[in-house]
Amino acid sequence: MSGLFPMTMVQAQTSWRGKVLVGPIDATLEGQGATVIIGPNGSGKTTLLRLMHGTARLTGGEINWACGLEQARHHQGFVFQRPVMLRRSVLDNIAYPLLIRGMAKSRAHAMAADWADRIGLGDALDRPATVLSGGEQQKLAIARALITGPQVLFLDEPTASLDGQAKREIEQILLQERAKGTRLLMSTHDLGQARRLADDVMFLLHGRIHERGNASAFLGRPETHQARAFLKGDIVT
Amino acid sequence: MSDLWAGLSQAFWLIVGLDQDLLEITLRSLQVTLTALVIASAIALPLAALLAIRRFRWRRSVIAVLNALMGLPPVVVGLVVYILLSRSGPFGVLGLLFTPTAMIIAQVIIIVPLVASIAHQSLRDLWSEYHDLLISMNVTQTQKIRTLLWDARRALLTASLAGFGRAIGEVGAIMIVGGNIDHATRVLTTAIALETGKGAFSLALALGFVLILLTISINLLIHWLGRTEKEGRW
Repeated sequence: MSGLFPMTMVQAQTSWRGKVLVGPIDATLEGQGATVIIGPNGSGKTTLLRLMHGTARLTGGEINWACGLEQARHHQGFVFQRPVMLRRSVLDNIAYPLLIRGMAKSRAHAMAADWADRIGLGDALDRPATVLSGGEQQKLAIARALITGPQVLFLDEPTASLDGQAKREIEQILLQERAKGTRLLMSTHDLGQARRLADDVMFLLHGRIHERGNASAFLGRPETHQARAFLKGDIVT
Repeated sequence: MSDLWAGLSQAFWLIVGLDQDLLEITLRSLQVTLTALVIASAIALPLAALLAIRRFRWRRSVIAVLNALMGLPPVVVGLVVYILLSRSGPFGVLGLLFTPTAMIIAQVIIIVPLVASIAHQSLRDLWSEYHDLLISMNVTQTQKIRTLLWDARRALLTASLAGFGRAIGEVGAIMIVGGNIDHATRVLTTAIALETGKGAFSLALALGFVLILLTISINLLIHWLGRTEKEGRW
């Protein structure tokens, strides 16, 4: 892969009005595969993703990308739990990241049309994106994040509140991207999804990485009793 | 009541007969108001977008002042513009007093806060919706403003139409800075004021009906051109 990785977090943390939301975190991420962040509500999964992406303010410690933060931001995409649709057509939504990077409209639209075909929205190019179903909107959001060819894709619970079919289609797209070499960093509540997608897992508790490990090892035999309880479906506080 | 009917009837015949004086002041009303609207929108809409996306120390105060200025008394604006443009004023050398340009300047000052405040409400809501996405995409400030203005264009059309309504019906300021000079600065509202002063109520009412008709027509035309109620939920 390219020069974005390794990415290292050294005592990284973010606070709000004196309260530490996430951190301190010490971790190194290599440039391959899919890392899935799991943990109970309020454990800091979304904030950690934003911190790594650079959209949450780092109030302590360091996050170092091998190529520097600015360069790294240029090669990242972010997909939110609730997809944000621009008040434009499907085609214009997917083409937007290319247009703001200065690509000619005709070329951007051609690429966007290809992506729309790929995610099953080829017949809906001129429809307002806001009237799509939840699953279609999330697929559009993923296509929009991937159209610039990011080396890292952050996904914040991308299939929460979606049904099985939409979830499967989205996972299919993610698996294809992972196979192409896109680094996936994703939070989820869905342990089945973590099993299907993860190469390694971070278990977050109270804003800290409580346990981290290879997916099959962690999901098969977690080391801490909190992780075991979480995987069993018990309430972890 | 008879005055109303007489006014309606006279308005009808003035329009049907394409009265030259009516045509002249109607076109001047449109010219002054639409020019003021274009200039005011060019100032107010980017200003509203900037206030929606930028965080700075006195931002709330600026927004509060802008909202308060929506109620700016037109007569006072007219007086201030008069003083600035009068021969002894700082811009007297430009010779703009009692010209349509002076009327445009006064109208721009009156409607900029109105258009900016209404636009700001829409853009602020849209920005809260777009914020995370545009930040995550590393979008520049200029691109953010352009995106917001384009995606909120229909709401902004409503803001501009509110400005149009205020400007076309304005009389106090333009009477002072324009002088209501026949064949030079007379517009529909100042003509209505003049005819009312002369006791010619039927003609004043007729002009009033023409003004209402013009305002409604322009609004409908802009809505139709802007396809405001089409294309889904935009």
